[in-house]
Amino acid sequence: MSAKPTKTYGLLAEFDTAAAIMHAAIECRDAGFKKWDVYTPFPIHGMDDAMGVKKSLVGWFTFAGGFTGFFTGMGMIWFMNKFDYPLVVGGKPLFTPLYAFPVSYELTILMGSFGTLIGMFLLNRLPKLYNPLFKNERFKRATDDRFFVCIEAADPKFSQARETLEKAGAQVIETVED
Amino acid sequence: MAKSASDPQSHAGHSAPVGAALKVYPAPKELEREPLVLNNRSLGWITDAIAGICEKPMPKWWWPAFIISFGVMVMMFSMIAYEVSTGIGVWGLNQPANWAWDITNFVFWIGIGHAGTLISAVLFLLRQKWRTSINRSAEAMTLFAVACAGIFPVFHVGRVWFALLPGYLIPAPNANGIWPQFRSPLLWDVFAVSTYGTVSLLFWFTGLIPDLATLRDRATSKVRKFFYGLFALGWTGSNRNWSNYEKAYLILAGLSTPLVLSVHSIVSFDFAVSVVPGWHTTIFPPYFVAGAIFSGFGMVLTLLIPMRTLFKLEDVITVRHVELMCKVILATGSIVGYAYGMEFFIAWYGGSPYELYAFKNRAFGPYWWSYWSMITCNVISPHLFWFKWCRSTMWFVWLISIVVNIGMWFERFVIIVTSLHRDYLPGSWGYFTPSWVDILTFVGSFGLFMTLFLLFIRFLPAIAISEVKGVTPQADPHHPLGGAKDHH
Repeated sequence: MSAKPTKTYGLLAEFDTAAAIMHAAIECRDAGFKKWDVYTPFPIHGMDDAMGVKKSLVGWFTFAGGFTGFFTGMGMIWFMNKFDYPLVVGGKPLFTPLYAFPVSYELTILMGSFGTLIGMFLLNRLPKLYNPLFKNERFKRATDDRFFVCIEAADPKFSQARETLEKAGAQVIETVED
Repeated sequence: MAKSASDPQSHAGHSAPVGAALKVYPAPKELEREPLVLNNRSLGWITDAIAGICEKPMPKWWWPAFIISFGVMVMMFSMIAYEVSTGIGVWGLNQPANWAWDITNFVFWIGIGHAGTLISAVLFLLRQKWRTSINRSAEAMTLFAVACAGIFPVFHVGRVWFALLPGYLIPAPNANGIWPQFRSPLLWDVFAVSTYGTVSLLFWFTGLIPDLATLRDRATSKVRKFFYGLFALGWTGSNRNWSNYEKAYLILAGLSTPLVLSVHSIVSFDFAVSVVPGWHTTIFPPYFVAGAIFSGFGMVLTLLIPMRTLFKLEDVITVRHVELMCKVILATGSIVGYAYGMEFFIAWYGGSPYELYAFKNRAFGPYWWSYWSMITCNVISPHLFWFKWCRSTMWFVWLISIVVNIGMWFERFVIIVTSLHRDYLPGSWGYFTPSWVDILTFVGSFGLFMTLFLLFIRFLPAIAISEVKGVTPQADPHHPLGGAKDHH
């Protein structure tokens, strides 16, 4: 952190029910904010649409991982049992995708899972151990039973933030310093 | 939120008038589902009840339980040290039963793990919301069961460094440049079990992230704040994050489902791909998977019934949850019973004298007692769950859950030992008896399992806090309890 005086990170508004936060999200979306987010203790069904969040891209990471896993398995077994040291065991073929399938299948799942998790972390910019929101005492209840909207100061329409949040029925509005 | 317990959510979601002309009446009382969290608890109550467990000092019983489990675990490691330093001869297995308690215990423990994945992944895909109260501890159980399972195949090679040397388990060439050969199901098993352990850990950790954030935000001491904060990875509950998180969770569930089915199928290939009468049967993969789920649900109940009482979680793990699990036991127990019958039918219908002998020997040979123990525990006892009293009386369910696990241990013993002890050549027949080292190693593995489980409930939320909140009416923006107005 720099030594210069704190600057505003954003405006944090607290709501007390799932319906209220849903309503607030729709208001913020329609007001045209870009850099803002909703914070809830659990995922709320329909919130992505209310916020206008696009479909998650995690699936592509899974695909990349799974694809790599499958062909790693096939390639590894072909290399070991057919190419590098061919050894006939029980008169069976040196390589067929059939006996290589179970291991390749497991590696598809293994690497697909790693891909999924890595994709989720990358897309979410996690781990992120510093966040200005953590300095706000009220925000601790975002993982308990309260619902928050934060509109960042970097948003071009930030000047209208307080008005929108008040109109949305926020119970408390606080400024968060960076 | 402190309404009386008898106040049902009778004015639930769909009772609000939809249009001026159309009025939707609430469902009749008898059709209403019992809520997943009883007594209309608030979101804050759920956080306090679950996170509170690992924040307050442990209750009095925890320390004796932990010390005993830890002692039993130490006993297991001493037995393993004795076995490794002396040789595999300290176990009772020998020709012709070269596999006995070791592989029995391996299959027993890995099977127990399967219920955790079934609850966390398969029930998630099937949108069974009741899974939220039990999935966290069931997944933990999976991990600990896999840890116990892993011990036996690793140490049954005797000179354990051989298991870890290149050319045996890990895919690297041995001293002669020869690679492991992938035509063997034993090597498939290595990949299946290690993938299973790893993916279960990833899935479990993913589910834990939001709850670790809850614990971080409630932490009062610096140490707790540091460690929970570190593992929560900076989770804020941002909806942009939830969006990716939920997708990742769904995909992990989708990957774990074929995984869990493949793991026990591949474990069954260890037997089915061989030419031993009694093992060489095509029914093994589905029969093993059903048995695994059967035993796993037994173990989930063995752990959760005391837990819900001791930690006063009856409102979260309700009688309905227990009843539903009993029904899964009933269903999978019936599949297992069917498989036992079908094995006998095929042994007769298939016309192989060796196969038929193996099965006659199973039921009426020298190991008849283990066969009939298995039948009593696995085929007869689950059918008590047809009766509501049996499903909803906690001590009784707990008793049956233990019977189920005893039965499933005997199933693996019966499959392995009765098939091996009398093979094609009567001159090499024998009778396997476990040695004291066998017995104490197996008993000790329960110590490891319980030690890990007790540490889990000490330090981590034993119930998925955010997921339980997500299935309450308070989480539904269209429900009056979620703040919905009558018209919007």
